[in-house]
Amino acid sequence: MELLQLMIGGLANGCIYGLVALGFVLIYKASEGVNFAQGDMMMLGAFVALGLGNSAQMGLSFWLAVPIAIVIMFGVGWGVERVVVRRIFGQPQFALVILTIAMGFVFRFVAGSIWGYTPLVLETPFAGQNLRGGGIVISVSDLITIGVTIALTLGLWAFFAFTRIGLAAQAASQNQMAAYIVGVPVMRINSIIWGLSGAVATVAGVLYATRGAIDPNIGLLGIKAFAAAVIGGLGSLPGALLGGIIIGVVEPIAGRYAPGELAIMSPYIIMLIVLVTRPGGLFAQMHAKKV
Amino acid sequence: MSLLEVKDLAVHFGGVKAVDGVSFKVDPGEVFAIIGPNGAGKSTIFNLISRIYEPTRGTIHFDGRNITGLKAHDIASLGIARTFQNIELFDHSTVLANLLMGRHTHRSTNFVQDILFLPKVRRAEREHRRRVEEVIEFLELEAYRKKMIAGLPYGVRKVVEIGRALAIGPKLILLDEPASGLSVEETQDVAFWIEDMRRDMGLTVLMVEHDMSLVNQVSDRVLAVANGKPLAEGTPQEVQADPHVQAAYLGTPEEDAA
Repeated sequence: MELLQLMIGGLANGCIYGLVALGFVLIYKASEGVNFAQGDMMMLGAFVALGLGNSAQMGLSFWLAVPIAIVIMFGVGWGVERVVVRRIFGQPQFALVILTIAMGFVFRFVAGSIWGYTPLVLETPFAGQNLRGGGIVISVSDLITIGVTIALTLGLWAFFAFTRIGLAAQAASQNQMAAYIVGVPVMRINSIIWGLSGAVATVAGVLYATRGAIDPNIGLLGIKAFAAAVIGGLGSLPGALLGGIIIGVVEPIAGRYAPGELAIMSPYIIMLIVLVTRPGGLFAQMHAKKV
Repeated sequence: MSLLEVKDLAVHFGGVKAVDGVSFKVDPGEVFAIIGPNGAGKSTIFNLISRIYEPTRGTIHFDGRNITGLKAHDIASLGIARTFQNIELFDHSTVLANLLMGRHTHRSTNFVQDILFLPKVRRAEREHRRRVEEVIEFLELEAYRKKMIAGLPYGVRKVVEIGRALAIGPKLILLDEPASGLSVEETQDVAFWIEDMRRDMGLTVLMVEHDMSLVNQVSDRVLAVANGKPLAEGTPQEVQADPHVQAAYLGTPEEDAA
């Protein structure tokens, strides 16, 4: 029973890792590089929602503040691609890595100078509510986290599988030259994908903030999410989600049953095991087999 | 009026004059071939027409419209399709998905309609499938419909790329070395398809090709280039008889026969 309790909490945590990892994968597909500011975009998204929604700040309704925050962060992601990332197009991948690490610092500084460094709590209509049954306590925010993650994943899947823009994005990520000549505006699609990753990061940030206080340094969670994306195979959306869930579930169980600091190291131990045994990540391997 | 008119086209990469003052006209329904030794600038001319490269000087008119300032993604919707010498396909997708992607510029439904799969989307989707099936039948790709590109033999991928270009529904198709790497039989298929494209589909074909037997068999007119400059233009026979062309490209007649 205790194990089940740990797993439910871990699952909700893992969903958040997974959502941030989805952002890594989106950018990796669009710009063929890693956006190390992804965690900080999550942090910024959470703070924007808090700034709009908390009664001490702008005091909008939670259900209004979150969609507005998502739209704003879509704009931030879109703008980052338009103004910054596009200028280093064609440079070595490492340029994007350094650039996004620097951007992460900027985001942290911006959030710190607006909202300060003392942890703040996002006010939600369902704070502190729990469901009980069969000796297990499930918080409403855990349930919402899991539900929203499932819905968002399905939404993203439908977007990429059925819509004109989604299909164009898939085409551009497989072969830019081929995408151009069938009429896909590759640069414009990349901007949209960066915007989308900002929006997804905001959802992750809000979900994170429903479960505890936030400060400008929570973006460091991005490193754990990066491990999740690598476990899943960096190019795979379902892989990223699975990687996040694996890390999220293993962490609390290791914290309870394993000695010492093993819980903190567990995401990276899993990543190393996956990299050694299946260098392409869990999902890339399956894909290769199919071919 | 000519369908494609290239005037004094030039592109310089640093000090290298890859294309330097090339002009030619392609009439509707014509098969026009560009020949020349390796590095002559043939594929560069294609990349200029499909707007991947920015010309240093010169203009490109298509269908009476100046397309020199357009972007690479604008070209398909005007009715220009192309293939690449090194095959540029969506490798982790099926043959069918690659061909359907050729229909991209013809998709006019929006985001919400797509997600809800409204009747309008369904009708459009059926039309795209029908057009793609015509291409599959024409190029005899039935056996490969659901196969991933990455696992297909070179010759088949080459044909799939021609298929994707046809799925665009173009007026002008640019074929960059359609016969390179193909067997004699496969090359003969390509020759028949080019004939059919012109005769049955009313297409205009511009191709870059090294295989002189294919060029002789299908082209109406030939332009020979070397070092980015035009050498000669005319019927295949005229161009091959031109002394400049023989010196720069074909070598002696004995070598050509070999």
